[in-house]
Amino acid sequence: MTNLTRALLGASALCTVAGLAAAQETTLTIATVNNGDMIRMQGLTDDFTEQNPDIALEWVTLEENVLRQRVTQDIATNGGQFDVMTIGTYEVPIWAGQDWLAPLDNLPDDYDVDDLLPSVREALSVDGTLYAAPFYGESAMIMYRTDLMEEAGLEMPDSPTWSEVMEAAEAMTDKENDVYGICLRGKPGWGENMAFISAMANSYGARWFDMDWQAQFDSEEWNATLTDYLTLMNEYGPPGASSNGFNENLSLFQQGRCGMWIDATVAAGFVTDPDESTVADSVGFAQFPNKEGLDNHGNWLWAWSLAIPASSNSTDAAKTFVAWATSKGYTELVAEEEGWRAAPPGTRTSLYENEEYQEAAPFAEMTLNSMEAVDTQQPSVQEIPYTGAQFIAIPEFQGIGTAVGQTFSAALAGQMDAEQALSQAQSQTQREIDRAGYTD
Amino acid sequence: MARAVTPRRKAINSAVAWTLAILIFFPIFWTVLTSFKTEAQAIADPPLFFNFDWTLENYVTVQERSNYFRHFWNSVVISVGSTLLGVIIAVPAAWAMAFVPGKQTKNVLMWMLSTKMLPPVGVLVPIYLIFRNVGLLDTRTGLVIVLTLINLPIIVWMLYTYFREIPGEILEAARMDGATLRSEILYVLTPMAVPGIASTVLLNIILAWNEAFWTLNLTAANAAPLTAFIASYSSPEGLFYAKLSAASTMAIAPILIMGWFSQKQLVRGLTFGAVK
Repeated sequence: MTNLTRALLGASALCTVAGLAAAQETTLTIATVNNGDMIRMQGLTDDFTEQNPDIALEWVTLEENVLRQRVTQDIATNGGQFDVMTIGTYEVPIWAGQDWLAPLDNLPDDYDVDDLLPSVREALSVDGTLYAAPFYGESAMIMYRTDLMEEAGLEMPDSPTWSEVMEAAEAMTDKENDVYGICLRGKPGWGENMAFISAMANSYGARWFDMDWQAQFDSEEWNATLTDYLTLMNEYGPPGASSNGFNENLSLFQQGRCGMWIDATVAAGFVTDPDESTVADSVGFAQFPNKEGLDNHGNWLWAWSLAIPASSNSTDAAKTFVAWATSKGYTELVAEEEGWRAAPPGTRTSLYENEEYQEAAPFAEMTLNSMEAVDTQQPSVQEIPYTGAQFIAIPEFQGIGTAVGQTFSAALAGQMDAEQALSQAQSQTQREIDRAGYTD
Repeated sequence: MARAVTPRRKAINSAVAWTLAILIFFPIFWTVLTSFKTEAQAIADPPLFFNFDWTLENYVTVQERSNYFRHFWNSVVISVGSTLLGVIIAVPAAWAMAFVPGKQTKNVLMWMLSTKMLPPVGVLVPIYLIFRNVGLLDTRTGLVIVLTLINLPIIVWMLYTYFREIPGEILEAARMDGATLRSEILYVLTPMAVPGIASTVLLNIILAWNEAFWTLNLTAANAAPLTAFIASYSSPEGLFYAKLSAASTMAIAPILIMGWFSQKQLVRGLTFGAVK
């Protein structure tokens, strides 16, 4: 055999080996949002790749709105760019209904589906089949300053009513020292101010539509909701509140400018973090308020979840990854590496039964109470033709919610009063829902 | 005759110019400053100017979490590639419009400009579907093509304006001396229009570098440039201002440095023919 033949044979053998190695490796492209828990997961994926050396992970991290647009566009056009997508409780029922998502059946035995919080599991299932696995979940609750409440001579009940919240907001407001009784979302958007206002409306007994898909903004319940919201914000809220979203309020609360803040439970971890918050030692928690005589605490539920688009070519590998990232084992891994306080909240019952977690996270009990109180199938006390939570689970809601959010934000900015805003919201909503064919 | 500039007037002009310059530069300055703060210092109220503990932690975190160099290289390939391709197409087009205008030249120019008036999102779905079908999604080639098309009207317009300043007689002389069309454009026109071409190239590299609609919508993991790198640090739930600022600083630094070194060329090109 000549040297040349030997070299050629050697080279082709190497190519075959390299080809086999390449063929064995599956690369999963994972679209995700930029938040603390997701970033932590990216840092811990060595554990996954060690267990699954044949699966490589590529991350595409995007801002929430950009991510939503990107993944919607990709899944609706069958683009196939992503194998795992981070989506929320709003998208899952709509997308599963379109057959855009692969069902998450045949998960490994030790996954323990029954351990998922019932409200979250229900929100991510269609006809009893799970279509996305929750990575972290949240409801909404009141975060308040225990020191300011004490100074005001008040005590916050575990489950306050809106009148009690109003009273506390008034008592804690000290505008001369830049302390405002309450901070709420005012920035327009279906996932911004409308998430809060829809939850508030639920707790006031209001509904978006009656059983014939007629908009209900002309109802007394909506009038009471918006009037009280505007009173709270105008009298006891920070200036310029119409441009405040989650982050702006987080920043205000951490700087000691808010007596109360009613928002997503996930904020509890931030406001009690002594490295970031100047008021970490004096934060108390209470359930989302209800209206006197009504047993409805807003029904706010959101779970960032991992779903596999039906267009993915690597469904099995994707399922392996999703099962790893949302497993009990992953929670334990986070606890081991960064402490129990950092464990992704709001998805598994076992986490809330864990004493170490309860000790490390003072907000655990209230988070669990808030999440257990949610009923996504019946968010309003009145009869409704939709499911949802702080949103309505129909595709048109993004557009309608944002338009109404802009109207309410304009009312908060003083450009119109509550009545005008409600009347505008009524006509905007009815026009869009008629156009979409719900009333035909 | 130019008006006499009194010292008072000069002082006022200088003050206005400085105020405007500081106003324009302040957000960049603040971004760079914030990138050296901790997350808590970044949201401190009142804001901290220089009296904080400077830290490089955000840069370390950003570098650990993301592959900066891959994004950077994608940005370079996409912006330089699309600009060069655009110039290669635009030079002959602008030559034809400037030196052998037809009846419809003005209309063609206006029509080209009108494509810039359509919001890009209007053609997103068709382009996305075409790219999906021909396998150009998440590829640098795809982005080079799309950004060339997006910026081509600007490149043609700019070159057309510069070429119009060059006397046609010079080209005619070259032709009389036996120059072919190719040599006329390559050896006579292009060298004379170098300041114009250079500023067009620079401006388009900047435009392509900062383009954040198509680069975000048509990429996933492989071809994502620095715009996607910045977007990955924006968060609606949780404060990442300091890290976002560090990512932004890293993303704008190369183009800022390039702009600084070539500002003389840029200004010369942009004012080319403005004063006669």
